[in-house]
This record gives sequence, C-alpha cells and structure tokens, in this order.
Amino acid sequence: MVGRDFDVRRLPGFGLIAVLTVIMLYLPIVILVVFSFNAEQSQTQWGGFSLRWYEAALNNRQVVDVSLRSLWLALAAAAIATVLATMAALATTRVSRFPGQTMIYALINQPLMVPEIVTGIALLIFVAFLKVQTGYSGMGYLVVAHAAFCIPFAYLPIRARLETMDLTLERAAADLYATPLQTFRYVTLPLLVPGILAGFMLGFVVSLDTVVITEFVKSAGQDTLPTYMLGQLRRVVTPEMNAIATLFLALSLVIVTLFFMISRKRG
Amino acid sequence: MAGPARESHRWKWLLVSPALFVLLLAASGPLVIVLIYSFLSPGNMGGVSWDPSTEAWFRVFWSRDIFEPELVTLNDSHLAIFWRTIWLSFQTTVICAVLGFPTAWFIATRSARTRMVWLFLITIPFWTNLLIRTFAIQEMIRSNGTINTALLWLGVIDEPLEMMFTEFAVLLGMAYVFLPLMVLPLYAAMEKLDFRLVEAGYDLYASRRQVLWHVILPLVKPGFIAGSILVFIPSIGAYVTPRVLGGGKTMMLGNLIALQFGQGRNWPLGAALAMVLLVIVVVALIFYLRVTGSEERARNGRA
Repeated sequence: MVGRDFDVRRLPGFGLIAVLTVIMLYLPIVILVVFSFNAEQSQTQWGGFSLRWYEAALNNRQVVDVSLRSLWLALAAAAIATVLATMAALATTRVSRFPGQTMIYALINQPLMVPEIVTGIALLIFVAFLKVQTGYSGMGYLVVAHAAFCIPFAYLPIRARLETMDLTLERAAADLYATPLQTFRYVTLPLLVPGILAGFMLGFVVSLDTVVITEFVKSAGQDTLPTYMLGQLRRVVTPEMNAIATLFLALSLVIVTLFFMISRKRG
Repeated sequence: MAGPARESHRWKWLLVSPALFVLLLAASGPLVIVLIYSFLSPGNMGGVSWDPSTEAWFRVFWSRDIFEPELVTLNDSHLAIFWRTIWLSFQTTVICAVLGFPTAWFIATRSARTRMVWLFLITIPFWTNLLIRTFAIQEMIRSNGTINTALLWLGVIDEPLEMMFTEFAVLLGMAYVFLPLMVLPLYAAMEKLDFRLVEAGYDLYASRRQVLWHVILPLVKPGFIAGSILVFIPSIGAYVTPRVLGGGKTMMLGNLIALQFGQGRNWPLGAALAMVLLVIVVVALIFYLRVTGSEERARNGRA
C-alpha cells in the first residue's frame, strides 16, 4: 500500500516534537533577553522598552571589574592552550604511532571526562598547598587551571584540520630544498590557521563558561563574571542580571557564529 | 637502526611536553593528591592533618553514633544523595533521549541547507554559558516566574506552584542544559543512515512502528549510546544546576563534595566522595567503550 507520495523519511509527530523542543530550548533565553529591556523591575510584567538595566550594569563597578577579568582570563588561557595544543597536535597527528601515544591522548582528554567538581576540589587542595609554600596568591593559578581545561577543546579542531590537510604542498616545499622549519613557517602553519583559530575560539568560550573550577581556585577578589553571577543568584535578582547575561550571550553568539563560519569554510 | 627511530620520537615528545606539563600540573596531578587526602584525617580548620586513616572512606557509607562510636549505622543521608544523583541522572538521560531522538531525526531528514540552520540552532545553546541557561530556567519556574504568571493568568491554578528547590527543578534544569549533548551524536548517527534500508523495511510491508523498532533504532544505536554517555556523565557530576535550582534540600553528589570543603570542613571525606564520583564516571566510560567495542566487532564480523 506504499503510495507514490509516501515519504520513508517521515515519522508522524516527530516534526512537532522537534519544533517544540527547539522552542523549549530558546523560550527561557528569549524571555531572559526580552526582560533585560524592561522599564520596570518585574520579570513578568512588561513596562515598556528601556536600557536602564544595561546602564545600571555598566555603572556597576563590580560588574565591570569581573567582566574584564573574565575576558582577559579567557584570552590568556585560550592563547596558552592554543599554543600548547598546536604543538601537541603537530606531534601526535600524521605521524607513525609511537610508545606513549595512548597515554598522551588520555592526558589531553582528561579534562573532558573528569567531572569539573572533582577537578575543582583537586585544584583547591593543590592551590591551598602552593599558596602556603610560595606565598603567591595571584591570578596565575586561575590562568594555568583554565589553560589546562581548555587544551582538549583547542586540540580537537587543530587535529581535525591537520588530518584533512593536503600533504603534497609540504612535500613540494621539501623538494624545493626548504628546511623543515621553513616548510613549517611558510606552508604548514598558514594551512593550519583555520584550525588554530577555531581551537582558540573554542578555548575562549570554554574558559568564559567555566564556573566550577574558578569557584574553587579563586582567591578573595578574583571573581569572574560566572562566579559573580552564581553568588548573586542567591539574592533577589533584578533585571540588571538579565542585562549582564544578555551581553554575555551576545558575545558567545558572535564567537560561535565565527567558529561555524570558519569550520564551514574548512569543509 | 634503533638510534634514528628514537631520535624521531624525541621531537614529538619535545612538542607535547609543554601541554603534558600543564595538564599534569593542573588536571592529573591534583587528582593523585585527592586520592592521598582521602586517606588522611581532617584538620581542625579545614585542611588535613597527616595521620593516615580510612575513616573518611568509612564515613562515605556509614556513620557512627556521636556518643557511642561503636554504634555503626548506614549513612542514610549520603545514600539518599547517591541514589538521588543516579536516579536524576538516569531520568535526565531518558528525557533527553525521548526529546532528542525525534528532534535529531527531523533535522537529519531535512535538505542539506535547512539542516545546517537547525543544527546551528541546537548547537548555540550548547555553547552559551551553562550558568546563564540555569538562570533562565530559574526565571521560568520561580514562584512569581513566567510559568506561574502564565498559569495564574490563564486561571489554571489559583496560587503559584512551588517548583524551585525540588527534584523536579533539578531534573528540568539538567534536561534543559544537557539536551544538545543528546541531539548532536544522534544526528551524527542518523546522517550516516542508509535510507535504502528503511525503504526496504516498508517494501516488505513493515508498519511505521515496526520500521522504527526493527530498522531505525538498531541502526542509530551507537548514537543513542554516545548521547546517553554524554548526558549521563555531566549529570552525575552536576554541581551548578542542583546548587541553583535544588538548593540544600535536593543536593546531588557534586554539592555534597563541595560542602565538605566549605561548611563541612572535612576535606578527607570530600576527597573520598570525589573519588566515588570519579569511579562512577570511569565505570560508565568503560561500559561505553565495551559496548561500542563489541558493536564495532559485530559490524566488522558481518562485513
């Protein structure tokens, strides 16, 4: 009884569930964004369009401080992670298998598998010990902790790019008497740039998103935007929080869109 | 001949060593310290004193009477939290699978262009801050939040439903934040699906339900397993979502661990609990690798 217009790909009701699922994914975020522009304090009664909560957020010294700290921490951590991940990817991709490679993969992927809370308290213990031993309690701990956490995220796109790269160009360079270093500088590296950029962006977003590790590693006065928000959520929440969250969302959206564009060009 | 071969490995090790150093310093190394701390005694003001002890591990499952230390009972509050953690994570995985399967199927059966748009829509929440998404859920389910306001306005309820700080809130929040992790691997499995097999099923007079159960589901099983692991593991280790939406009464294992390093001031117990969490995660991962491994073998055997 299979008719001509029978679509084997169609399963009744699935489209409806899919649309509802996507609506459910976005509805809370959309409401959050909409009420960041509310003229009133309410999160449910619309009182007209206003930017007062953005003004309040930008005039809030603490919010500006923690935002800037989050940004430079993410920049530093992503930069370090990208450099280290690029080196690691060059050493572990397109090469003959060597002893210890499995261990290297396990170490690189470890932050993806171990729950953040476990890494968080492990670092809390370790950093508490180091603070006593060295007397240093600066941002260095957070930078290293974030960098380590970002390495697998930076590593994956760089490795993927390396795997799909055309080897003939490098071979041609070698045939033309380029030294290995010249080949790397003028052939491999330019070809690798999209992967490196993608890795950097993922690392940046992941560092911005990280709350648990920061919460346990930070010293007094080292709040980032996520840990600041986590602390504020316990109190009465004003639409100022919506405004901060919206700005944050916009930043993530820009980076993820750029990431998508770069990865699509690759494919 | 061994000389040059070893030489060629050396540059690889040189290149990976900075990454390995940072990872050992800030990821793997500290885990060893946690293991050691779980066998020490708690210090007075937090921290530890260096007396070897298995008391922390004992207290993970049992508790002693305050006045008669010989009187040992099962630690009901810990066991309740373990059970809640596993049960909520399981439910989260099931909800994500039930919603994620039709969603992934719908996306995988669109044209290539629309597929990208839908995929992008699913991926964006995944890359936006987990805390912000949890905050968004909080705004939805607060007693004077969006859902209650809407229901009151519609006259469905007379007084606001208390949804915050319940297991329902935690479940909702986790399903919400982890859903993309189920959709993406399912989609990846469906994208590779050979639709001629589905067509063959229909040609052999199978009903839609029979095709779904006997053709489609077995073929996308690897995606289901991968998605389930990707949802289950972060659920088991969840900390932010139960903290914000669950509060103190509906703690999960992650919050219990954190408590030992805060008010609890029992670092060895916290370390032992962290190790328990790690063991659960490793067991889940091994299970995953064994299942996918045997699937792979079965497929290779058939070919």
